[in-house]
Amino acid sequence: MELKGRMWILDEDDINTDVIYPGKYTYELFSPEEMAKHALEDFDPGFAGKVEQGDIVIAGRNFGCGSSREQAVSCMKYAGVAAIIAPSFARLYYRNAINQALHVIVCPEAADYARGNKDDMQLGEAGIDLGKGKIVIGDREFSFTPMSGKALEIFEAGGLEPYTKKRLESSTGS
Amino acid sequence: MIDMGMTMIEKILARASGADRAEVGEIVFASPYRILSHDNSAAILGIFGKMGGEKVWDPSRVFIALDHAVPPPDAKKAQNHRMIRKFVSEQGISNFYDCGVGICHQVLPEHGHVVPGVVIFGSDSHTTTHGALGAAGIPIGRTETASVWALGETWLRVPQTIKIVLDGQLREGVSPKDVILYIIGEITAEGATYKSVEFHGHAARKMSVGGRMTLCNMGAEMGAKVAMFPVDELTRTWLSVIGAGRYEEYGPDDDAVYETVFTFDCSEITPQVAKPHKVDNVVPVSELGDVGIDVALLGTCTNGRLEDLMEAAAVLEGKKLAPGVRLLVYPASKKVLGEAYDNGTAKTLLTAGAQIAVPACGPCLGAYGGILAPGEVCVSTANRNFKGRMGCKEDTGIYLASPATVAASAVAGRIVSAV
Repeated sequence: MELKGRMWILDEDDINTDVIYPGKYTYELFSPEEMAKHALEDFDPGFAGKVEQGDIVIAGRNFGCGSSREQAVSCMKYAGVAAIIAPSFARLYYRNAINQALHVIVCPEAADYARGNKDDMQLGEAGIDLGKGKIVIGDREFSFTPMSGKALEIFEAGGLEPYTKKRLESSTGS
Repeated sequence: MIDMGMTMIEKILARASGADRAEVGEIVFASPYRILSHDNSAAILGIFGKMGGEKVWDPSRVFIALDHAVPPPDAKKAQNHRMIRKFVSEQGISNFYDCGVGICHQVLPEHGHVVPGVVIFGSDSHTTTHGALGAAGIPIGRTETASVWALGETWLRVPQTIKIVLDGQLREGVSPKDVILYIIGEITAEGATYKSVEFHGHAARKMSVGGRMTLCNMGAEMGAKVAMFPVDELTRTWLSVIGAGRYEEYGPDDDAVYETVFTFDCSEITPQVAKPHKVDNVVPVSELGDVGIDVALLGTCTNGRLEDLMEAAAVLEGKKLAPGVRLLVYPASKKVLGEAYDNGTAKTLLTAGAQIAVPACGPCLGAYGGILAPGEVCVSTANRNFKGRMGCKEDTGIYLASPATVAASAVAGRIVSAV
């Protein structure tokens, strides 16, 4: 499967879950549309209004560090982000992204290249071949390890919610 | 071929998956001893329903404590709490602790739900706290919690272990919070990502169980999946006083293999502070310069135990807060608050000018209570200082420190250590 989209380059390391989705919203039961409005609010207040379906976020190291809040993943997904590429992700953000079926790709070379050329690259196009593990930015190509195993199984089911639903249905024979 | 020795997490995951051994990198399915959630249980039960869940797999293993928006500040939060009460009643979940009993990570061990050698999942990043008692406290998200409620297990990759040796002994006026801030400053916010952390060494063995909880709690801020202390006499005594159930200890083998070993001489550590807006932005208080404060926060799951309140009270005895400074006190549980009343600690804090709150999370995450105004600075015993964490991002700054430093700063009106 291939993705193509505009690049949103977040030129910082350690972008944490509090700036991605502020704590004051975490106990509200928001709709997906409402959640999307607050995506990245405390990092870039303009992001939520301008992000488009299919955009690809490129960030620095340790993206998503901090809280376990799943909304830090969902708000990006509902805002239309198709994939996040970073040199590294915080453990729980990565896991929550798999569970929510949002593509998270570890590729230091691609992330560093985009950040290093961000003035030219911001909102430029990137392409991702998920099966082959390839990222194309301009005339440069980068490799990453495609998802496999348990993570892939959950992702292909559409996320942990449909995955669990299927398992429950098959165990009760319904 | 002779099997290599195992680290604590390798042994615990082996046991939790019903195997003799667990190898680093292996995927295992673990069934938890307890699965913890809090106010987010309202969202989780919704997801559980959408998955087709009807009955949780084992109500005796589910634990819920209401602590984040307590008492509820608006009708929506009150309705969430109501939904949770209905759910626990329908499901027969008896490990339910309503508003005011305390913060989930304090209530869980206090009520005997943490024992050594088990896996504890929690839909909260500070589930790592329970490593203080030799349990593998592993944070997960809401959807995953709903999935575990339904299926009784989830998959984990067996992590590498980092060994942190704490040598020497803490100086007068230096507390466990200073030690862990120092460590995070050195190891960085992603230094333990995906890893298990084990704390060893003379200073670690001397640390109270409460101090160990502070260290394991903050392990989340280094990116750790789990952070633990081996079980020793202090742990056993603590567990027997609580009346915890039967357990097995899983200490590391002598020939266990660690990915990295860090050694720190705690005799060298002075009071520390994490500056805005990152937890690894750590400097000694003595090198901070002049930072005026508006609010001081004492408490939370990181430093809300009786020993923490007493550490602050010792500094505040006979003193008053600096003009204009507010001191908010959030004890980690009703039990802690009761003990603080009984032994005079609460009175000392009140006399100094503190505002003592319902045991809850409150200001720590800007969900309810103690929000900062634009331009304000707070010194806090909590665990995170990200921009806007305390509910307002306009020009605010949060500095993390020990209870003694927070107390001394509240008196001085600027960030200073007690020694």
